[in-house]
Amino acid sequence: MIEAHHLTKTFKDKKRGEIHAVEGVSFRAEPGRIYGLLGANGAGKTTTLRMLATLLQPSKGSATVAGFDVVREPERVRANVGFLAASTALYARLTAREMITYFGDLNGLSRPEIKERIRRLSADLDMDEFLDRRCDKFSTGMKQKTSIARTLIHDPAVMIFDEPTLGLDVMTARAIVKFVRECRDRGKTVIYSTHVMSEVEKLCDRIGIIHDGRLCAEGTLAELRARAGEQDLEEVFVKIVGVEDAK
Amino acid sequence: MSWHNIVTVYLKELKDSLRDRRTLMSTIIIPTLVIPLLTFGIGKVMSVVMSRAREEIPTVAIIGGADSPGVVAELRKTPKLKIVPLPADWKLAISEKRLRVAVELPERFEAGLKAGSAPEVQVYNYSGELKSDFAARAVERFLTDLRERTVAERLAERGLPKTMAVPFEFRRENVAPPEKVGGNLFGGLVPYLIIILCFSGAMYPAMDLTAGEKERGTMETLLCSPVARVDIVLGKFLMVLTGSLSAMFFMLVSMGLTAAIGGTLMTSTGVTRIGAAAGTATKAAAASVLPTIDPLGLVGVLAMVLPVAVMFAAAAFTVALFAKSYKEAQSYLAPLMIIVIMPAVIGMLPGIDLNARLALVPLLNLSLVCREMLSGVWHWNYIALIFGSSCLYAAVALALAVRMFKREDVIFRA
Repeated sequence: MIEAHHLTKTFKDKKRGEIHAVEGVSFRAEPGRIYGLLGANGAGKTTTLRMLATLLQPSKGSATVAGFDVVREPERVRANVGFLAASTALYARLTAREMITYFGDLNGLSRPEIKERIRRLSADLDMDEFLDRRCDKFSTGMKQKTSIARTLIHDPAVMIFDEPTLGLDVMTARAIVKFVRECRDRGKTVIYSTHVMSEVEKLCDRIGIIHDGRLCAEGTLAELRARAGEQDLEEVFVKIVGVEDAK
Repeated sequence: MSWHNIVTVYLKELKDSLRDRRTLMSTIIIPTLVIPLLTFGIGKVMSVVMSRAREEIPTVAIIGGADSPGVVAELRKTPKLKIVPLPADWKLAISEKRLRVAVELPERFEAGLKAGSAPEVQVYNYSGELKSDFAARAVERFLTDLRERTVAERLAERGLPKTMAVPFEFRRENVAPPEKVGGNLFGGLVPYLIIILCFSGAMYPAMDLTAGEKERGTMETLLCSPVARVDIVLGKFLMVLTGSLSAMFFMLVSMGLTAAIGGTLMTSTGVTRIGAAAGTATKAAAASVLPTIDPLGLVGVLAMVLPVAVMFAAAAFTVALFAKSYKEAQSYLAPLMIIVIMPAVIGMLPGIDLNARLALVPLLNLSLVCREMLSGVWHWNYIALIFGSSCLYAAVALALAVRMFKREDVIFRA
């Protein structure tokens, strides 16, 4: 479960002064459901997700992730979160097995536990062939599979995906989408940010549209369509964001 | 703070760094090679160049001297000088190294000598040019010899004893033990090398583990783990410190081996290859490159360097952490190297002695106290003051590193 209450993040920039990257964002993502965060580049998706993953501290507001407060108990939050972003890379000089083992160690798992989980993840993700090869020699698909295994090693209750398909080819992107669905089916709370409309249509049970740091609309796909009076999600998005700009 | 997490981060960074060629170069390969290169490379080349310059029979031209045939004939007979005809452009010839030296005998020089006047002889050379300086010295030796002979003759003519002109002799002798001489001469060089290598050993792991990770996108991955930030900093910092200490360790081991094996090797080849006279020179050169140093002093130096290595590791870590990319980190740390070298160079200058104020100047204090310790002098009050202040600086640098790592605008600087 993720609950965000008026999350706000302000950055100070020497040239531009105060920047409100996220302003008063509140939403609730439930177990066994995928919450989609839809927004253009620079809308505040990454900052919101980084606050939920405790990489950044909110300037105002609060959030609980898997029952833990992001400000007071950041380490416990991270122990229950799997965070996968286009910007979370692998250690090039480690093998996939070493990489996953490292994150198992950091999550406090015992070596036999890690070994067993790697065996299962490797079978699920079809990684046996490259498990003991160095990550710098991997194809994009292999890298994504290793990253997925890294996020799942501690079997977190909450999964946060920040534009995970950015820059991937169709086949790899499909594999990711399939994996996100599986997370939901296993009862995990999933939050998924993207600017790709088709992914939202395929995946998300509930959608929040974020624009200029604010959450300007929220609901199921059907609710958003009804609200905008449009069928095509792109039109829905443009209409809602356009109304927001007009304000 | 959890030791398990710190050790986990450290061991991973160690494994990762051992697979990084740049880190291996700066922490193991260069420190191992620097002393043998200095000794066998530069040291050897220097001793060969010096002995060749000494062996060369310099070309000397005589200006004037037509009315001093006796002196000219003696000059021609001197085996260590090669008298050549005076070129028209003799000044240019000396500057262009075609001629080493010109010696000007004034008019009626010989007659003047006999008459008891004191005519002045002028020696022209290319000052600072090794071979020309050697040639000038050879000519001056001839002239000194001539002068002494003239004095002896004049005294004999008057029936006076030699002691009339040379009332007494004197002689200089070193009474300090060899390790003190070595320590004083080269005590500055060892800490200087240690300071440079400690810093360069810390530099590459520091850049790789901070700015490098940011650039490659693995920093964000690491921050997603439930480990506290302070554990990550300390684990990484320990790796940077390992780099710094390993650079020092490998340099000292290689220095020991070079001294043990190289010392005998150099002196023996010197004797057989260049001949007895040059052999002595080579021996001296070998002894100067491989000075005798108090081993207990070396242990003292290691103890004093430890807090400085901690300070270097933490400082390099903090600076590199601020950078967005490996390249940017390099452009911050390279100038820092000059700042690090400066106090070490000042410490090598002769005549600067340790006092309470200098004992508080970081790096310079290390450089000065090391020189003393390597010559077997132990100022315990200064040693305590320097060790204490170095530990304090190291603690401040480490605290700063932890603080920087907790700053979002530094970690996510884009």
